Amino acid sequence: MIPASFGYRAPKSLEETLDLLHQHPGEARVLAGGQSLIPLMKLRLAQPKVLVDLQHVPGLSYLREEEGFLKVGAFTRVGTLLEDPLVQARYPMLAEAGKVIADPLVRNLGTVGGNLCHGDPGNDLPACWIAAGGEMVITSARGPRTVAASEFYRDTFVTAVGPEEVLTEARLPMARAGHGAAYLKLQRPGGDYSVAGVAASLTLDPKGRVARSGIGLTAVGPTALPAPRAAASLVGHPPDAVHLAEAGKLASQEAVPVPDLRGEVEYKRAVVEVLTEQVLERAADRAGGRA
Amino acid sequence: MTGDDGVVGGHGPTRRIQVTVNGTPRDAEVEPRTLLVYFLREQLGLTGTHIGCDTSNCGACTVQLDGRPVKSCTVFAVQADGRRIRTVEGLEQEGVLSPLQAAFAEAHGLQCGFCTPGMLMTATALVEGERAPGTDAIREALRGNLCRCTGYANIVQAVEAALRGHRPASEPKQSPASLPGR
Repeated sequence: MIPASFGYRAPKSLEETLDLLHQHPGEARVLAGGQSLIPLMKLRLAQPKVLVDLQHVPGLSYLREEEGFLKVGAFTRVGTLLEDPLVQARYPMLAEAGKVIADPLVRNLGTVGGNLCHGDPGNDLPACWIAAGGEMVITSARGPRTVAASEFYRDTFVTAVGPEEVLTEARLPMARAGHGAAYLKLQRPGGDYSVAGVAASLTLDPKGRVARSGIGLTAVGPTALPAPRAAASLVGHPPDAVHLAEAGKLASQEAVPVPDLRGEVEYKRAVVEVLTEQVLERAADRAGGRA
Repeated sequence: MTGDDGVVGGHGPTRRIQVTVNGTPRDAEVEPRTLLVYFLREQLGLTGTHIGCDTSNCGACTVQLDGRPVKSCTVFAVQADGRRIRTVEGLEQEGVLSPLQAAFAEAHGLQCGFCTPGMLMTATALVEGERAPGTDAIREALRGNLCRCTGYANIVQAVEAALRGHRPASEPKQSPASLPGR
């Protein structure tokens, strides 16, 4: 399959990148790992006139804890993310999500920023960022701005990133004592899209009650979705079986799945309920809240 | 606007790239929309890299880009500018199969052979890597390579044999315990 013709640019700096986007308003697309965009171009569902390749722009691949955040450069490859010792030791939710993105070959090229701003509801990292209360740093010629992950997704394939902007960094609040997070998804074997996925992030107070919680849902709505009622139902309570079950029920109601080859609405809601309970249990274990 | 700007419809302008393919520097003119696998097969004549699904699913087109296995149907040739590409043609050295290729032959790690170039390129990265993966890690690493003959067991055994430093070509046939049992 051959994509439509396009002009290719390989800028050497972020300034040059933003300048190129400005010169081609609405006609240029940023190319990161290309693992979602190129298949869409081959199907001619995407026909950008100009591709602006980020691979030679320095300073977009990093993972570090700084100023209370885990900061991830947008061009960091997914394979790098899930193999990073810091991620494996302190952010197991990200390793879990990274490991279920496509396959290792795709992950060798696919980037964190691409997974976060492609805008397919089946992408796995958005739910993690929503659950953990993360932020996106979006850069334009006017400088960087920060958007909460829960506000970032506008519609399917539509995010807060404007035509003359680039997602440059994604941040999560730094993991602290009493915090635990996890990601689980159900997919048919063979690398199919998810039936559903759930990310959960819990912070427990010294008495073992939930002080903060966040839940994000994959593939059961027009975008990745927060499940705020389910998350709020946990606050002030111990993460015991009764409360996790209640949160699971609420999350299944907050999901807005569509019927497709992967299941009917009722089935997908049931999957969300079970995954929510299971992922909360894992997050609570990691937070140290379940004996 | 310069010559490499977008033209829609018909043939767009080309762009000069320099890549190193199996150790040999190559200069070429490519259209930006030319996928790496078509560049390798049609412009360089390296037809060992197969096009299976052409939809980023099957991994038959796997090559190494700067040492990491990737699906060459989902990379534009222009993205490889300045980079090292290794294809299945680069595995054999002076007529001698690589240890992994020899292990595939020995362990019957191929049936129809269509997926084999991709399997070899993914597994070569594993065999040449710093870690010593176990069976589960080998299977996980090969998740992106599909074998429609479903010959996975022997493929995994071939990779295990190569990881043990098994050299079937220079050893008596029945000696290693790794031979596919049946």
